[in-house]
Amino acid sequence: MPFETLLASCLAYVVLMFGVAFAADRAAARGHVRWLDHPLVYTLSLSVYCSAWTFYGAVGYASRSGLEFLTIYLGPTIVFTGAWWGLRRLVRVARMHHVTSVADLISARFGKSNRLAGLVTLIAVIASTPYIALQLQSVSLSFEVFATDTPYGPTLNGNTLGGTALWVAAGLALFTILFGTRNLAADERHHGVVTAIALEAVVKLVAFLTLGVFVVWWLADGPADILDRIAAAAAEPQNAEGWALRADRWTALNIVSAAAILTLPRMFQVMVVEAADEERLNTAGWAFPAYLFAMSLFVLPIAVMGRELLPAAANPDLYMLTLPASQGQNWLALLVFLGGFSAATSMVVVCAIAVATMVSNHWLVPVWLALRRPQGGEDADDLRGFVLNARRLAILAVTGAGWLYYHASGGTAALAAMGLVAFAGMAQVLPAMIGGLLWRGANRKGAYAGIGCGAALWIALIFLPSIGVGGDIPLPSGVDPWTFAVFLSLSMNILAFIGVSIFGFPDPVERLQGLSFVSAVEPIRHSRMTRGEGRAEPLLAMARRVWGPEEALRYFRDEAHAQGKTGYLPDLTPRFLTRLERRLGGSIGSATAHAMIDRVAGGVALTVSDLLQVADEAQRAKEETQRLESARAELARTALQLREANDKLTALSVQKDAFLSQISHELRTPMTSVRAFSEILKDPTLTHEERSRFAGIIHDEAGRLTRLLDDLLDLSVLESGRAQLSVTAVNLHDLISRALSAASATRPERSFLIDRDVASEHVGIITDADRLLQVLINVISNARKYCDADRPMLHIRVTRPAEGGTVINIMDNGSGIDSSRQSLIFEKFARLNDPARAGGAGLGLAICREIMAVLGGDIAYLPGLGGAAFRISLPQRPPVELPQAVA
Amino acid sequence: MPDRPLFLERASFHRRRLGDAARVLPVLATLLLLLPVWWVPRSVSYAGGAVWFFALWAGLIVAIWALHRALLRAEAATVRASEAAAAQVAPRDGLAGRRPSGEAERGPDAL
Repeated sequence: MPFETLLASCLAYVVLMFGVAFAADRAAARGHVRWLDHPLVYTLSLSVYCSAWTFYGAVGYASRSGLEFLTIYLGPTIVFTGAWWGLRRLVRVARMHHVTSVADLISARFGKSNRLAGLVTLIAVIASTPYIALQLQSVSLSFEVFATDTPYGPTLNGNTLGGTALWVAAGLALFTILFGTRNLAADERHHGVVTAIALEAVVKLVAFLTLGVFVVWWLADGPADILDRIAAAAAEPQNAEGWALRADRWTALNIVSAAAILTLPRMFQVMVVEAADEERLNTAGWAFPAYLFAMSLFVLPIAVMGRELLPAAANPDLYMLTLPASQGQNWLALLVFLGGFSAATSMVVVCAIAVATMVSNHWLVPVWLALRRPQGGEDADDLRGFVLNARRLAILAVTGAGWLYYHASGGTAALAAMGLVAFAGMAQVLPAMIGGLLWRGANRKGAYAGIGCGAALWIALIFLPSIGVGGDIPLPSGVDPWTFAVFLSLSMNILAFIGVSIFGFPDPVERLQGLSFVSAVEPIRHSRMTRGEGRAEPLLAMARRVWGPEEALRYFRDEAHAQGKTGYLPDLTPRFLTRLERRLGGSIGSATAHAMIDRVAGGVALTVSDLLQVADEAQRAKEETQRLESARAELARTALQLREANDKLTALSVQKDAFLSQISHELRTPMTSVRAFSEILKDPTLTHEERSRFAGIIHDEAGRLTRLLDDLLDLSVLESGRAQLSVTAVNLHDLISRALSAASATRPERSFLIDRDVASEHVGIITDADRLLQVLINVISNARKYCDADRPMLHIRVTRPAEGGTVINIMDNGSGIDSSRQSLIFEKFARLNDPARAGGAGLGLAICREIMAVLGGDIAYLPGLGGAAFRISLPQRPPVELPQAVA
Repeated sequence: MPDRPLFLERASFHRRRLGDAARVLPVLATLLLLLPVWWVPRSVSYAGGAVWFFALWAGLIVAIWALHRALLRAEAATVRASEAAAAQVAPRDGLAGRRPSGEAERGPDAL
């Protein structure tokens, strides 16, 4: 294929990328983000993990070490099996704090420390520079394959096409600056870049799969044949040795690549920073492993076929290109070239954005602010412009450093080596990151110790040897130096992190942040941070410097509006300050935002007692809630009681009406007789007998009226509780005897058999004897009146229950009272049968009940004993003061 | 912090158990990935290993897909159930119109 065709298609592809990024940015600016926000775009953007090292290097790696290359993909797959609870949580916390990079995450968690972020940035820069160099080298090498027209790949002897790398680096820097620093968006999202990367991901995948299908079904005879060839290749002695998996190395590689997917700056950028929310991980959770699966499925077949079909001198890292080219498939080779080009460029772009953000936020801006402070004070200059320029400068520096490294090293022999070095370096951040998210006790000193210790070991044992500085560590044979270095650095890292954290005491800001990160709840500012209203204006001025006047004014107006205020100056509530700080942090990093707000708003350093007060406030709020809750329950109870009282009052009102009508009726009957017979008495023709009979009737009726009125008076005195008791000691036997003889006047024609247990009756009781006698007479008279037995009998039993007091049971052998009416008998005017026959007003038992209540006892009907049975219970003594009663 | 319920109704219970499954899956995957290489490195180094690892990988992808689908459905069911409960409670008692918040639902401790 002519080199010009290649160059033209490459340029066309670049133009396409610029166009796509431009279109996506424009669509996003117009608010058309629906398909830009699709989980599929997110998933594809994650494929920036598959850099040129993966694209070309995996085949080389597989041809040297067999299945070991799988670890680079299997580690991330393991991480994604925990996407639901792990990654989603990471994204949620990071979005909550408007985190801009992995360094910012660590810094925000450990008390917004800029120096810690600076340290992480340093590791990222050291790890990324050779890694970017590696991408430039791969593009440059792939160009050379076509340019030099050597079918088996160029040799790695120098800078024959060093210009290519420079052009590529310059082009990528331009792309990154154009689309990566268009705005200082508070949430750091770059729709144009992400969309272009998603498209490149598709190109990568299509190129790889096409070549794979070509190799498996065109060059070989399908999967079974490939498996046979793998087995045959493995049988060769030098392969059998190189391809044999080593468990320790296998484990270390899996750990490191699992760490890389979380901590590599570019992965953190696309996975966490560019994610609008954690919901897209629901799709990416399985789709990204599937992408990796597809990207690695054909690696081993291509490696095996490359070994078979190409001469031994061919560079395995370029089998991807040389294999189709040697078979005369130039268009396939071009497609693969574009795939590799995509892989390299997308990695460089995202890595440059991520590292440049870190460099500008954690190195350049703090230094600039520190330098400006003495001169400017409350300076009014354009911080936004500076931050953007710092970022552009950092992008140029990062890509430039990558190119310089490539130029100076003159190309490294194996692509894979530098990738692993970068992985192992960024893995040193993992313990602090995981610990910070899961363990509230983790603190800044621990993070310093862990990261510092791990990074130092990584530089000494992995990084420097990889660039040829320093010798090998003397290790017993059989110990893999790289595995040893990884395990040593990571375990020292973890030990230092945990050990120092255990013995440290974090400062209050750090503890607040720790709570917020571990519990995934919104951070709270302490109420003491609230300041007077006069200070909102400097904050607005500061925000204007970062975001530009329009954006800042809009934000402040919205916040003021949310507080219910008009104008542009919201009250400086803790909530507002927290939100402002986090949003500023989204542009310039949390540590710088924290420092700036504290400087402008006159921050008060938090103390431990403030922190305890925060806990107190939370506790108080909780108690307040509980108090309200119990007050609510209390109200509900009161309402219920009121309802019951109301029901009772209504019932009483009805009862009162019934009582009045009853009593009118009862009074009217005798009055009518009295009036009628008085009329008759006026008749002069009456005989003396008649006159005396009628006068007798009038007398009787008047007597009945008097009794009725007496009863009513008695009842009202008893009910009102004004009854006077004259309490004395009395023998119950005498009382019962008197009652029996008094009651015998009622229906004297009936002879009752009285059954008494005299021995038990001889008990002394303390009560009002007259009142008790009244009750006894009433009950016995009732029995005499209503007992319908042929041979009426009356049983009287006296018992003294163990709990004290005296119980008198009076039973007859009549038919008793119907169970449905038993509840009525103690009510006023309750007469169960014919009133004429009873001859009473129906107040007797009602009076009895009131008397017993006044005496402190009770009278009850005993059902189920054959006849009518009443139980009179007396307390040991009535509920009145005895001396008073005696006096 | 809201008081967490001690017991959950069916939909939430089901979702919690699926959440437990999501926690177990990475452990299981790690064991299946690492143990064969520790125990029988020779058998999984060549063609047999390729088959084993790619089959394991495909299985994991399907497992994550199925788990996420089930979790999303369970989450939707929980939301529906709590809405239904809120609708049931709201007319009877004017004070109890509050819907359970997402955070409280996410609390991990209740069984």
